[in-house]
Parts: sequence; C-alpha cells; structure tokens
Amino acid sequence: MITSFLAKALGRNIVITVAILLVLAALVPALNLLTAPDHPLHVPTYIVSLFGKYLTYALLALALDLVWGFCGILSLGHAAFFALGGYAMGMYLMRQIGARGSYGNPLLPDFMVFLNWKELPWFWYGFDMFWFAALMAIVVPGLLAFVFGWFAFRSRVNGVYLSIITQAMTFALLLAFFRNDMGFGGNNGLTDFKDILGFNIQANGTRSALFAASAVALALSLIITSGIVRSKYGKILVGVRDAESRTRFLGYRVEHMKLFAFVVSAMMAGVAGALYVPQVGIINPGEFDPANSIEVVIWTAVGGRGTLIGPIVGAILVNGGKSIFTAAFPEFWLFALGGLFVLVTLFLPRGIVGTARQFVERRKEYRKAREAEEARTFATAAEPQAAE
Amino acid sequence: MNTLVGNTKPNSILYLDGVSVSFDGFKALNSLSFVIEPGELRAIIGPNGAGKTTMMDIITGKTRPDSGEVFFKGTIDLTQKDEAEIAQLGIGRKFQKPTVFESHTVWDNLELALNRNRGVFSTLFYRLTAEDKARIEEILSTVRLANRKDDFAANLSHGQKQWLEIGMLLAQEPELLLVDEPVAGMTDAETAETAILLKEIAKTRSVVVVEHDMGFIRDLGVKVTCLAEGSVLAEGSIDFVSADQKVIENYLGR
Repeated sequence: MITSFLAKALGRNIVITVAILLVLAALVPALNLLTAPDHPLHVPTYIVSLFGKYLTYALLALALDLVWGFCGILSLGHAAFFALGGYAMGMYLMRQIGARGSYGNPLLPDFMVFLNWKELPWFWYGFDMFWFAALMAIVVPGLLAFVFGWFAFRSRVNGVYLSIITQAMTFALLLAFFRNDMGFGGNNGLTDFKDILGFNIQANGTRSALFAASAVALALSLIITSGIVRSKYGKILVGVRDAESRTRFLGYRVEHMKLFAFVVSAMMAGVAGALYVPQVGIINPGEFDPANSIEVVIWTAVGGRGTLIGPIVGAILVNGGKSIFTAAFPEFWLFALGGLFVLVTLFLPRGIVGTARQFVERRKEYRKAREAEEARTFATAAEPQAAE
Repeated sequence: MNTLVGNTKPNSILYLDGVSVSFDGFKALNSLSFVIEPGELRAIIGPNGAGKTTMMDIITGKTRPDSGEVFFKGTIDLTQKDEAEIAQLGIGRKFQKPTVFESHTVWDNLELALNRNRGVFSTLFYRLTAEDKARIEEILSTVRLANRKDDFAANLSHGQKQWLEIGMLLAQEPELLLVDEPVAGMTDAETAETAILLKEIAKTRSVVVVEHDMGFIRDLGVKVTCLAEGSVLAEGSIDFVSADQKVIENYLGR
C-alpha cells in the first residue's frame, strides 16, 4: 500500500529535486562549518540562515499549492497556519530560556512576569518538552483547518467567498494574538530565544542543523505531496478543481476530498512555521497579517501553480529578489511585488515552471509530428520502388 | 393521468408524484408526476422552461422539492439524500453541456468514474486491478474512444466529449441513467450513432433522455413524455404525442 504510494510519488523531476535538497542539506552546513571564513567556497552563517528561511517559505508555498493548484481552493489565510506552527515552536523556545530571562523566573517567561501573572496558563503546559511542541506545531494548524474546512466545505462556500473568509480567519487571529491577555506575548510576540534541544540557537552548528532540517522537511513534504497528487485521490482533487459538480454526480463526497487536502496542507504550513521561528529568532502577531498570506499566493503563482516544483522555485526566487530589492530600493518593494503579480498573471499564467513544461511538451509533440511526417514521405517515396 | 394507481410504485425504478418546486415565486415544477419502469428507455420533450432540467436536479438531489414524492426503486426516498449518495445508489446524470475532466486523459476520466470505493483513503491508496483495467477497456470500445485513451479530454471533439461522458456514466454502473440533450451540437452521423449507443445501453438499465431533436426521438422509437410549464402535457408514442392538440399549441407549433 505505502510502497505503491511511494512508487507513484517518485517521478523523475521529484527524485531530482529531492536529491538536490538532500545534497544541499549536507553540503551547505559542511561548507559553513568545515571551511575557514576566508576560503573561496565558505558559506557565511547569515546566508545559511537566509536560505534556511527561504526553504521554510518554499514549504509554505508547496502547502498552498496542494489546495490552490490542485484543488482550486484559493486560501488567503495560509500564513495563519504557518504562524500557529511558529507560535508552538516559539513557546517551546520561551520555556527553554528558563531562569536566564531578565526577571530570572524559572517557570514564567518574561512577558508574564511583566504582566504580573503568578502562574503559567494551562495552555503553556507541556511546551517545555520538544516533542510536545513539535506535535502541537502540526496538530494545532491541522485542527483549525479541520474545523474551518468542515463548516466551509459542508456549506459549499466556494471561490471568492471562501478566499474572503480565509482572510477574515487570519485577520481575527491577528487581532487575538495582539491582545496581552491571550497569553502569547501580545504585540511583542515571543523572542530572545536562547537554545533549542540544548544547543545555542545563535551557534553556527545550530543554524546549519536548522538549514538541513528545513531542506529535509521540504524534501519529505515534496514526496508526500507528489504521492497525494499522483494517486487516484489526487486526480479527483483536480476533478473537483475543474468540474466540481461532475465529481459530485460521480458519487464522490467533494467536501471530504477538500477537507483532507486542506488539513494536510495546514499541517505542512505548521511545520514550515516551526522551522522558520528558530531561524529568524522571533514570532509575533505580524505573521498573521493578511498581506503575508497574499504574498504566498504570489510566490506560488510566479513559480507555477498546479506544478510541484513551481511553488518551491517561486518562493526562493521572489524572496531572493525581495532581499536584494529591499536593500537597494526599500520603498519600492511592494510596487515591484504587485507589478510582478500582474505581469505573471497576464503573460505567464502557468508560472515559470508551468511555462517551461508547456514548452518542453510542445517541442516533444512537434518532434513526434515531424517524425510521423517523415515516415509518411518515406513510405510514399518507397512505393514506386515496390511497384517495379 | 391514470397511470399512478395500484402497485406502480413498488414496481417502478423511478416514481414522481405531485412534485412541485418554485424559485422566487416562479413555479418551475407544478405537481409533476410520472413513472419509469425498470429497463425502460423514455424520452422527455418540452419547450424551454418546461422544467426538464429542474426535474433532473430534483431526481439527483441538487434541488429539494417543496412538495411531492420522489422514489427510486419504489422504496428509496430521494428527497432525503444528497448528490453523492444518490450517485452511489445507482443514478447517473449526463449534463446538457458535456462535462468531463478536461485536464485528465480519457483513461483517467473513466478510471475516476468506475464504481469503486469512493472514500479519501481508499482512493489515496488505490491500485488499478486487472479487473478494473478490463472494465475500462470494455467501456472505451463501447463509446468508440479506444484509440484516444491517452489523449487529454480537452482535446476531444464535442461529440467525443459527449460519448466520453456517457462512458463515464457507464463506468458508474447506474441502474438509472438521466441524459440531458445528448445530441445537442452533434453532426447527423454522430446523432445517429448516439441513438444506437443509447439503445444499446438501455438493454441493461433504465434511461431517461431529455431532448429537443425530434428526429433523434423518432430514431429512438420509445415512449415520450411531453412537459410544459412544470407538469406532464401528454404521454405516449411519438406519433400520439405529436398529434396531441395541446402539444402542438405549446411546443411543436411554436
């Protein structure tokens, strides 16, 4: 059962991409840790962290693509799942600070001491254990997606209306997490992390390990997503995207199909958020900003929605561009991003990877047609000889 | 109408009695009643707005009637079920506009339509069995698409899409097939072939065909029900119905 799922998942492009990711997971940390800073192949730590962050963005875009590219659900709230995963990891990192905080309280994080709280709120229990936090980084986004999706898909909320309520969901969470009495650090969020699993979070080795973990997580998610979209279930998802009523009249429960994809996608977004937070060193309510979710849509569209490699390429290119652009012309980044989205929608509706794939397929068809043509002329040329 | 007496209900495949539904005050169906016998091929005609598509929506669970009874095989109340349940019970529906999965191949379209377990996890781990393969190949030859099986459905001609959709319905193995305007936009040759195809299909199941094309209905040579303004105007052979004064006024005369 699992083996056939995997066998279908591992197409040629997926194997190549997974191999690249795994090589990077080994090579980049090695070049960072084993070479001297003046060595020509040395990768500075800030680059390791920067690209580690891009990889988590790529994972988020891949998660969005599963529901948007393959099932037609344009979620404009995926950053919420990402942020929830991030908060779960942030809570673990806060508890790891222990008595080293400014107030020296061994149990309560600084912001709780500042707010004059005497006890740890119940929902902070268990976050001193890494495995629990890691589990919550997946379970909490998954649960939110399940409850949200259950109601939305059962009531057959579709298209623009669904996109709008996903925006409302992330905006509601933004407002809630801003409040101090929610118990998540309010406006400032969670920061000043010291260590993760006993390793200093600032150390080169830890940063390299986090980069490797992000690359491996992305590779695993790519295999899982590929297995999903290439299964019969995945074909049904595309069927729901293209002709929802046909799927329904064939006897499929469209709401269940959508719900499964939405929950898996939210869980992947949660993993991305959990890997993002230790690499950037902070999580605050700003991550719930509706604009963040829209940016994810742009990365996916630029790379090519409905392809598996596209969102990864898109997330890394757009964010790489953002890093360069915001350093050179900080005021113009949003205009550039908006312009990029308009240009891609107008001229590259399939995105970079989708357009490249279309080009390759056209060439293949053209070659096939030409070969058939040549075979025909050859046959007619041969005929008179046969007549002799 | 006096057909709805005695034991028609338990012996029918489809039984509609006094079905009414209105949208924003417009009565789309007005106490519609008719019965389809098991194994019957029935044609339904009527002017635009007669309620033909609404009738199909009600039978397939897309629309709930305001009043009236809709029973499948005499005992299953269809007004209490949704589209997916009704499809799983064995009622297939072909839309007016050919609706196939354009970005899938012809083969995949049929594979998805096969009457197999339709849950999330059983489809996630589904493997094509030899039995399923044989069934798909059989349907491919029935709907004359065997040589196009690896082509994307989007690249089929209009008539071929109609046949693919009929093939998908066959894969669903329904006991009752509802077919909405199967020959709209088809060439004469395609229309004639479709009539043969439908008659072939009707040998093993009940089929209800909604159609405007009178020539096609004549080709089918079956009992005809004429609808107008949401209820039955006349029922009988094509010659009987087309001689009916009310039918001529309402439909043929226009």
